[in-house]
Amino acid sequence: MDLLRSIGITEIVFQLMLVNAILGLSIYLTLYTGMFSLANAGFMAIGAYVGVVLTQNYDLPLWAALIGGMLAAGVVAVPIGLPVLRLRDIYLAIATIGFGEVVRILILNFDTLASSISGESVQLTRGALGITGIPKITETWQLLLFLVVTVYILVRLHRSRFGRAMAAVRQDEQAAATMGINVVYVKNAVFIFSAILAASAGVLKAHLTRTISPGDYGFDQVVNILAFAVLGGTSTWLGPIVGGFVLTALPEILREFKQYRGIVNGVILLMVIVYLPGGLVNINGWKRLWRRIRGQPSVTGKIQDAETG
Amino acid sequence: MNITQQIVNAIWLGGVYSLFALGYALVFSVLGVLNLAHSAVFMWGAFIGLVAVTQLNVSVWAAIPLAMVVSGIISIVLDVVAFAPLRRRNAPRISQLISSIGAAILLVNIAQLIFGTQPQRFPLGSIPSDPLEGLPVRITPIQIIILLVAVTLMAVLQYLVVRTRAGQAMRAVAFNQRVASLLGINSGNVFRMTFFLAGALAGAAGVLFGLAYNTITPFMGDSVALKGLTVIVLGGLGNIQGAVVGGFVVAALEVFSIAAGGSNYREAFVFTLLFLILLFRPQGLVGQAAQTRA
Amino acid sequence: MLELKKVSRLFGGLQALHQVDMHVLEGRIVGLIGPNGAGKTTLINNISGLDHPTSGTIHFEGREIHNLPPHRITGLGIARTYQNIRLFGEMTVLENLLISQHGRGQATVFDSLVFTPRFRAEERRLKDAALQLLERFQLAGMAHLLAGNLPYGDQRRLEMARALATGPKLLLLDEPTAGMNPIETEQLGEQILRLRDEQLTVLVIEHDMSLIHQVCDEIYVLNFGQIIAHGTPDVIKHNPQVIEAYLGREEDAELAGG
Ligand SMILES: Nc1ncnc2c1ncn2[C@@H]1O[C@H](COP(=O)(O)OP(=O)(O)O)[C@@H](O)[C@H]1O
Ligand SMILES: [Mg+2]
Repeated sequence: MDLLRSIGITEIVFQLMLVNAILGLSIYLTLYTGMFSLANAGFMAIGAYVGVVLTQNYDLPLWAALIGGMLAAGVVAVPIGLPVLRLRDIYLAIATIGFGEVVRILILNFDTLASSISGESVQLTRGALGITGIPKITETWQLLLFLVVTVYILVRLHRSRFGRAMAAVRQDEQAAATMGINVVYVKNAVFIFSAILAASAGVLKAHLTRTISPGDYGFDQVVNILAFAVLGGTSTWLGPIVGGFVLTALPEILREFKQYRGIVNGVILLMVIVYLPGGLVNINGWKRLWRRIRGQPSVTGKIQDAETG
Repeated sequence: MNITQQIVNAIWLGGVYSLFALGYALVFSVLGVLNLAHSAVFMWGAFIGLVAVTQLNVSVWAAIPLAMVVSGIISIVLDVVAFAPLRRRNAPRISQLISSIGAAILLVNIAQLIFGTQPQRFPLGSIPSDPLEGLPVRITPIQIIILLVAVTLMAVLQYLVVRTRAGQAMRAVAFNQRVASLLGINSGNVFRMTFFLAGALAGAAGVLFGLAYNTITPFMGDSVALKGLTVIVLGGLGNIQGAVVGGFVVAALEVFSIAAGGSNYREAFVFTLLFLILLFRPQGLVGQAAQTRA
Repeated sequence: MLELKKVSRLFGGLQALHQVDMHVLEGRIVGLIGPNGAGKTTLINNISGLDHPTSGTIHFEGREIHNLPPHRITGLGIARTYQNIRLFGEMTVLENLLISQHGRGQATVFDSLVFTPRFRAEERRLKDAALQLLERFQLAGMAHLLAGNLPYGDQRRLEMARALATGPKLLLLDEPTAGMNPIETEQLGEQILRLRDEQLTVLVIEHDMSLIHQVCDEIYVLNFGQIIAHGTPDVIKHNPQVIEAYLGREEDAELAGG
């Protein structure tokens, strides 16, 4: 522990690493199923605000807030997923970015909106300033337990009929459909699961950082979440966890270079997508990179070079 | 606030949005990828314009073309670093989108390191700012200039794409890269030219935007990035004339929702529109079977 | 068993299928031939639910199916293969066959979470069925190879095994021997004949006339989206319209020679 602390991994940093691993897993689910959805920050926001209102305004314990936040996100995910998941790659990405922004702006203006509708003064989300003074009740063991349970569910999911269907949908939607898989159902169920997971991370994180504001859940946050999954890779559940850990811990370890933090993040994202497309947790990717470094282009590489050159 | 005033506001703002979105659309139409670093180039354009005026003491008139050239070059570098390697590997479009996000983060952070995070301004009097007199509505010279520059650049782009050999090559590559290379078109050159043009347009939009709002920060691209996305979706992804139309539509929507008292929700309107368009008219508002693509 | 009535499919201005009537009787092996671009694949797409007719009806065992989504049609007992092989290339051969048994299992994610007996029994059952199919299609040693890395002929056979794994009553084969050598083609013909012994009904698109003669009870001929002939292989072979449709094409030689 002391060793970790000496390189900058304090308890709160470790806790955030765990939260970000959960966030990485939430986007991993949709990516693994072939859906490029960027709605996670929006669902995280829904979870965070619902959870915080439950603990602050209704004095409920954390577990109840967790369930409340997850339920809320799950319920919102249904009417969003059904129309949006008909869209594909870039179109899906743009639509879900739009969703995230709408959520953020609605939270930003929730109080004025609710006040003008109800006729009384509502103070719930507190606009751009957000909610402060949230009790810090998330504990490390809870986060660890939550992550372990999530991973167990994922492992069993992958070994189930449904999990195989997810992989099939990613590889070839039409072929999957003619093999008897209800593609619409699979996609929507995964989308909801992903939303619930993002919301749980929202609740847990809000009760760590003690303040939340709409600005925390904008496009930057989606990019961060995406970066966890891209850096770690999405061929196994381990990837996003590693990605979340590394991207959270690295800036602390390199805190002497704080001003270069963003640059390092950008460079990492670029390098990984260009040189290690499968992410850090992907043996084949490392082998391919090694061959490239050794100057032995792979066979396919040669063909492609011939095509473009 | 009268309606004429709103229309005036919508028109000049629409000019900037369209100009910005044109580059977005151009890259999408030729390469089929979404370049999310476009807004970072836009921000760099504004800073280069600013540096030219404050450090090199050139006039705004010289600063705009200078910013365009430098932004165009930045945009080419962007292609070389973030897109070309993935293209060579035939990586999915989504990978290219992610690498463009990486590039955007990089560009914004470099700007932050160099220029700091404090908002910066063009010096007073770089451009006359008093409203024109004797008009029923408030119009400043800068608004007129912005609109003129924007419209001129759009016309130039339209000419380049439709009338010149280079434009023909771009359209050929956009239509079918394989066929284009059979015709002896060097697609690598076309890609670089496309990125240069897109970057130059973004740079010009950046300077104009910086002049109009007179606050330049490394983050000024953020709001425009997502709005620009709406604009090109409205116009039909990769449809160049559509992007121009979309720019004015989004600007009008914003201006009128502010006027209707919803200034806080104006972005909610914009993004809800984005959402609905994607669901119900993914080909865009003006999109038809006969789209003109670059 | 399968009945198409006046099925048409328009792609913009292109009439890919025009008023197609077709009746496939249970237990038969029916051939569907026609020049490239005739609309054969489009027809299979419409039967399997990947595409839907612009007009006309499709019934399977008396049920209207032309508006159903593909997984429902598969559930009713229609399976298909693809002309351009569409295996799940990033998965193993065994996993491909497990996936295609999706509709034959009932276990939920919850069953998997707590290892219910139902889950374990079902997984064992699906795996056994898969291994049997591998045996049958000479893929036994390859269960744990990635499907995308198999040699071409093996991929073709896996396509067919995968379709069979869905447990169909009617099998639609879209050019199952494309790219195969004559020996492989002949072996595949025997596999198809074996399907008949198992009471399966087959609709097979083929260019190889010797295979058609080897396996088919009757043949439909499609040209420019229209059925221009229907009958036994011998009758079709001498039908002047069919010869006309193929005239000048390489199939012409095959047709006469077959
Ligand atoms: N999705 C589609 N959109 C437009 N045209 C199509 C589509 N699918 C097939 N076609 C056209 O329909 C015709 C029939 O194609 P197809 O069924 O693949 O023929 P076959 O399998 O007999 O070779 C062709 O002209 C083809 O170009
Ligand atoms: Mg075909």
